[in-house]
Amino acid sequence: MAALANQLPIGLSIAAVLLLIALGLTFTFGQMGVVNMAHGEFIMVGAYTAYLLQGAVGGQSLLVALPVAFAVAGLLGLLLEWSLIRRFYGRPLDTLLLTWGVSLVLQQLARDVFGAPNVQVTAPAWLVGGVDVLGVRLPHNRVFITALAALCVLGVGLYLAKLPQGRRMRAVVQNRELAACSGIATGRVDRSTFLLGSGLAGVAGVALTLVGPVGPGLGTFYIVDAFLVVVAGGLGRLRGAVLAALALGFLNGYLEFWTDASLAKVLVFVAVIAFLQIRPQGMVALRGRSLG
Amino acid sequence: MRLGNLHRALLALLLPALLATGCVSEPGAGSTDGASGDEIRVGVLHSLSGTMAISEVTVRDAELLAVEELNAAGGVLGKKLVPVVEDGASDWPTFAEKAQKLISQDRVAAVFGGWTSASRKAMLPVFERNKALLWYPVQYEGLESSPYIFYTGATTNQQIVPALDYLASQGKKRMFLVGSDYVFPRTANKIIKAYAAAKGIEVLGEEYTPLGHTEYSTLVNKISDARPDAVFNTLNGDSNVAFFKQLRGSGITAGTTPVVSVSVAEEEVRGIGPENIAGHLVAWNYYQTTRTPANESFVKAFKAKYGADKVTSDPMEAGYNAVKLWAEAVKKAGTAEVEAVRQASGGIALDAPEGRTTIHGDNQHVAKTARIGVVQPDGQIREVWASDGPIEPDPYLKGYDWASGLS
Repeated sequence: MAALANQLPIGLSIAAVLLLIALGLTFTFGQMGVVNMAHGEFIMVGAYTAYLLQGAVGGQSLLVALPVAFAVAGLLGLLLEWSLIRRFYGRPLDTLLLTWGVSLVLQQLARDVFGAPNVQVTAPAWLVGGVDVLGVRLPHNRVFITALAALCVLGVGLYLAKLPQGRRMRAVVQNRELAACSGIATGRVDRSTFLLGSGLAGVAGVALTLVGPVGPGLGTFYIVDAFLVVVAGGLGRLRGAVLAALALGFLNGYLEFWTDASLAKVLVFVAVIAFLQIRPQGMVALRGRSLG
Repeated sequence: MRLGNLHRALLALLLPALLATGCVSEPGAGSTDGASGDEIRVGVLHSLSGTMAISEVTVRDAELLAVEELNAAGGVLGKKLVPVVEDGASDWPTFAEKAQKLISQDRVAAVFGGWTSASRKAMLPVFERNKALLWYPVQYEGLESSPYIFYTGATTNQQIVPALDYLASQGKKRMFLVGSDYVFPRTANKIIKAYAAAKGIEVLGEEYTPLGHTEYSTLVNKISDARPDAVFNTLNGDSNVAFFKQLRGSGITAGTTPVVSVSVAEEEVRGIGPENIAGHLVAWNYYQTTRTPANESFVKAFKAKYGADKVTSDPMEAGYNAVKLWAEAVKKAGTAEVEAVRQASGGIALDAPEGRTTIHGDNQHVAKTARIGVVQPDGQIREVWASDGPIEPDPYLKGYDWASGLS
């Protein structure tokens, strides 16, 4: 059946969206233990950046918006880390409430600046429409998002593996105390992690303007899914996030196809809870010697 | 990472929410006329924050415009109207709580408010218990008629049934139903299915997604697979944006498979992006382009007050009408006292922006003209069909044989 085959790329594209929104969170949450409820609002900041640039740049603004949104959301994340979060390390409950408050403030700010109604980001002409491959319909915007997600994973992977900053980040994820003992300035690593994580949220925001609403509530639609991917994948693990996003994407796609959207959502939650009962550390566990 | 801490943290976050829903305000003193000295207080209760703010803020704006216009014309019964604005925060218990506050603390003469049926259902017992008045300005699923609510939006026989008639007249025989998962879409689809069964229309699928859902590729795939003649869309809020953006890449076009929406107006079209929804159909009673003298001045006044880039829409117009109709009833009754206003309301007519609209004395709905429109690339809606004059409200669809099993 054609529809069943159609679900394959759909599952992949759902996974791509999940991966984009969760990629940044997997580091801020995983490395620093900050339950960042404002992550969704950084996604929103990215989306509004795309909206503003569309007025300033015009036609191909989406491509320009990707790096700009990374910078804007990243700097905002940096500001949040520097001004508030670094005073709350090791207190997950407090950071949760703190970032929850920040997310409400940012939402209201967006509402005051841009108005409560959704705004429109026009997709460039080459992202409109779709193409049929072997009887399977591939919308251009979905292909673009999937490619973008792959690119982001590749970039982050290279950063972690090849660059000194990335290696320092991995060291802090694996054992903060030991990393500090070895002379790594963990405070600086934390800041660059937050910059990277929030910046990736900004990039996700730009991509989401192609498929979803752009309004003050944008972040709230995605934040739960983002946490789901991170927790299921294993904290702070790039490979875990990729695996979890793929698993949840295909699970979501096929379950919704066989049942309906509400039930699929419930079943996915049940599956994740059941999975975490068996493997509380997530798909890819951090191998470390610390007792935490 | 210590998952135990995370769980405790999430629990701490949820607890206050659970406690809040358990709170019920004490019933206040009985009915009131909201008048003190040379002022009459009226309540305006919409979601100014949360997921519904996108729509409800605009209705509040329209209602405040109507209050301002009435005051500029010397007020009502020589008294100045003082609006008391409250935020329902897209949270149904909050609507009930704030309604109680407006009634017992601010002692308002009437409340204009609500959007979702869930918020109306939450407020209904508050208004009935206090014998206070709610004016509800949004099209809804019918099957309700509270003596303390006036319904200035369309009931089903003024919107959904005419839309179905229109589709049938266009030869659309195979339909796919898409809606948000709550009371309005489910009830609306029950009515649509009863209609379809009676008129030989095939319903190929009926799908619901949670409010705020943004992932529509699977649903769009199901629609492409079913190949319907038309899609009947009762999605609400932000989901419409995601649905239409994702529908566009799928190869389903307005030419072959039009989507008929009953909750997408001018304001929502802007958020969706006109190019994503152009050519698809909507069913309402009013469009910004509706040609009446009253609409000309309404649009002009709205833009003058809130900005030239603003659009007007059906629920905004119904909210604006609600204030004007209430004022007419107060004038006729000679007092803002609730029971007197209710007694006086039957037959009150208004030359509204949508055309002539009259309060039905028994069910407290209003007669409205049904209009089907096509979304234009510039974001405006062009009317392609209208009923012959206002349709009398029939919330329980008593005048329709095929609907006999519904209520």
